[in-house]
Amino acid sequence: MKIAFQVNGKRTSVDVAPDTPLLWVLRDTLGMTGTKFGCGKALCGACTVHLNGMAVRSCQTQIGSVAGQKVTTIEGLGGDHRVQRAWMALDVPQCGYCQPGQMMSASALLAMNKNPSDQDIDAFMSGNICRCGTYPRIRAAIKAAAKMS
Amino acid sequence: MENIVKNETRRDFLKVSGTVAGGLALGFYLPNGPKVAQADGGGGYASPNAWVRIGLDNVVTIMVARSEMGQDVYTSMPMLVAEELEVDMDKIKVEFAPPAEVYINALLGGQLTGGSTSVRDAWEKLRKAGASARMMLVAAAADDWGVAADSCKASDGVVTGPGGKRATYGALAAKAAQMEVPKDVPLKPSSQFKVVGNVRQKRLDTAAKVRGTAQFGIDTRIPGMGYAAVIMAPMIGGKVASYDDARAKNFPGVKAVVQYSRGVAVVADDYWTAKKAVATLNVRWDAGKMAAVDQRSIWKGLEEASQQPGAVFREHGDVDAGMAGAAKTITSEYRLPFVSHSPMEPQNTTADVRADKAIIITPTQFQQLIPHVVAGATGLKPEQVEVQTTFLGGGFGRRVEVDYAIDAAEISKAAGMPVKMVWSREDDMTHDSYRPAGIFKFSAGLDSAGKLSAFRFHSTSPSISARLFPSIVKDGIDPFAVEGIDNFPYVADGGMRFTYQMHDTGVTVGYWRAVSHNLNAVALESFIDEMATAAGKDPIQYRIDMLDMGSTKHQWSGLSAGVPVGARMKRALEQVRQKSNWGKKMPAGRGQGVAVMEGYNTVIAMVVEVTVSDSYDVQIDKVTSVVDAGTLIHPDQALAQMQSCINFGQSACMWGEITIKDGGVEQNNFDTFRVARINEAPKELNIHFIKSDTVPGGLGEPGTAVVQPAIANAIFAASGKRPRTLPFTPENIKAG
Repeated sequence: MKIAFQVNGKRTSVDVAPDTPLLWVLRDTLGMTGTKFGCGKALCGACTVHLNGMAVRSCQTQIGSVAGQKVTTIEGLGGDHRVQRAWMALDVPQCGYCQPGQMMSASALLAMNKNPSDQDIDAFMSGNICRCGTYPRIRAAIKAAAKMS
Repeated sequence: MENIVKNETRRDFLKVSGTVAGGLALGFYLPNGPKVAQADGGGGYASPNAWVRIGLDNVVTIMVARSEMGQDVYTSMPMLVAEELEVDMDKIKVEFAPPAEVYINALLGGQLTGGSTSVRDAWEKLRKAGASARMMLVAAAADDWGVAADSCKASDGVVTGPGGKRATYGALAAKAAQMEVPKDVPLKPSSQFKVVGNVRQKRLDTAAKVRGTAQFGIDTRIPGMGYAAVIMAPMIGGKVASYDDARAKNFPGVKAVVQYSRGVAVVADDYWTAKKAVATLNVRWDAGKMAAVDQRSIWKGLEEASQQPGAVFREHGDVDAGMAGAAKTITSEYRLPFVSHSPMEPQNTTADVRADKAIIITPTQFQQLIPHVVAGATGLKPEQVEVQTTFLGGGFGRRVEVDYAIDAAEISKAAGMPVKMVWSREDDMTHDSYRPAGIFKFSAGLDSAGKLSAFRFHSTSPSISARLFPSIVKDGIDPFAVEGIDNFPYVADGGMRFTYQMHDTGVTVGYWRAVSHNLNAVALESFIDEMATAAGKDPIQYRIDMLDMGSTKHQWSGLSAGVPVGARMKRALEQVRQKSNWGKKMPAGRGQGVAVMEGYNTVIAMVVEVTVSDSYDVQIDKVTSVVDAGTLIHPDQALAQMQSCINFGQSACMWGEITIKDGGVEQNNFDTFRVARINEAPKELNIHFIKSDTVPGGLGEPGTAVVQPAIANAIFAASGKRPRTLPFTPENIKAG
């Protein structure tokens, strides 16, 4: 079944089973491997992307429900997004595997909350696990990004 | 500053690890790999040695022979080369090295990333590699110009000579590779370091990791590749009895259904199809000998084994007489559970096994072993197996194991096509090699002033090395089961005895970040706090007063300092006392706890502040740590490793517990195996490094062990409850 949607501003269409998670469409069908597989159950946030600007877990988002909608992945954040600039300035990543998901969550947070408090960061970012323990730098980078234009 | 690492102990460990290397050498082939010096072989570059490639286009590439799993070897190791090679860190390229003899880690005896050894092993070796290459470039220029080498100077990738002569490294590279390799390679004194210790140095892999372009194992794509999903026995050691592939084969996109040693795999055009198809296989299992094993029977087995006398690994004096003569004795028993590694990237490998060769692309900590195990699994020769190491999405010791590379090779061979095998989180968590569980018994005799006079320690736990490197297990002692306590840093004049009882539970155990420091030192530093309480002393001063400032040589801790660390510990404890505002007035329900440890030649003292609620929920408010890790190569990432260790140790001691039921692991994802999230991270983290120009200590692991007893001791200070069973759940705290 052909399913058409937008990825990072480009129209695309895929021919896969509609129950296929968006995660695997991005990674396997479209070859965009920046979005990571971590748990498959929306427990870790490694697969976070934006669906119409909102942070969603792509491992639990069936491609059938994405038809006609707009998806943004880490590749579409552009490289110069203020979240990415803050992440680079503070050398946030260690192993780096969870970081695309962390940045997609952080950018969604900043899009709706210009100046998040520690509590706002806790509430929004607690769905994203980092086993390397980059949490102090993630918190600092979100605050730094909030101050950037 | 005192030079704290003595060579004797290093050599002792080399003797031990020599048996590791000897074990690996039994039919273990390593390619000669890069020649010491190599002129342009058509690749557009020349190599003065195995660590440096100089492009004819002036691009300098530094080879990294350790696996990058977050701990920063991708930057810190090239910094060592660049310091002496005189190249700008912003202009170099980095590549991961293939398996080759020249890249063996001398501290471990193999091309292996672990034991917090990467920088320690590289400290001299890579600076010398850089210096040697620079000297060959200078010699080539001097020869060209007909001047003396000492009239030339190398800087920022250019050699300059008398009369304004100038040549780039690229222009000199081909000739330099032909020059004699210098025998005497002097190194800069630390006062002249420009790269080492640069606080502004950025990680070289950050940009790729921030843009999502860093290639982890799971991101591998090779032509013609299928995606493999697997089903493995739910019980440890179980085997496939039967399965039905009729439905799976009918899924559009399924290429093959194959049985392999420990399961069945479906190979398809995409992972989701393979995953759906694998769920239809209706596999029946031969449960094997673990079928009746559960956590209760495991603890019973450990309890029974703990009644055995064990093997003595450290002793002096007559501990029994010392105990008998003590004014007061206290005894205590600690229990630590199995814990999984659970790196964020599930295990995976891409394998292309053909009739005459194989390519294995994998996130591994042990690339040297893979040609051998893949050869064993496929019938190829080790030299026919090419290994490529990717970025690792976390390692923590899990990827010292090569099981998943073997699986992928078997699947590729059986399917007759290249495959990328990807484990689900459930596959990963239930087929880990777990941090060993164990029972840790202590007795201390105190004199009438509360001073330690006699000390007895007895641990019972499975041996990791008995499976992985049996040749290093001697007379019932696994060196990796006694670390963290065989370097017991306190004085007990009346006698001490330390014993280890090996006990196999049937559960696969593996090296887990900081290995048995996470068992022995966690229990020990909690027990020292019990002693301080029994003696009515302040926990920091009590530790300082009984530190061993004399000469102790411990036989087993090959990865530790191996010499007295009393003075370093005293300094770290005194500084952490001051920096943490130790003993300040705190509201009810809050408390401070301290712990100190030497591991991997790094001394860490840590004070943790917690709040414990009436229902025994714990919040970590603040961590203050003083770290003596010798020379810091990349200071910002030394800090990152401490942040990382604290997080990893927190997860383990607060929630980490793997349990067994019907021979299988009960926890299978992050809902049942809880790890720290950002809202649970310490609210305040203050980490101070002692300024030092001594040899570097390891930083990837030790903090993991230190934070756990510091949390336990803070829980006691806050609640009056002493948790002796981990993790520190409300039930376990309440029982304390």
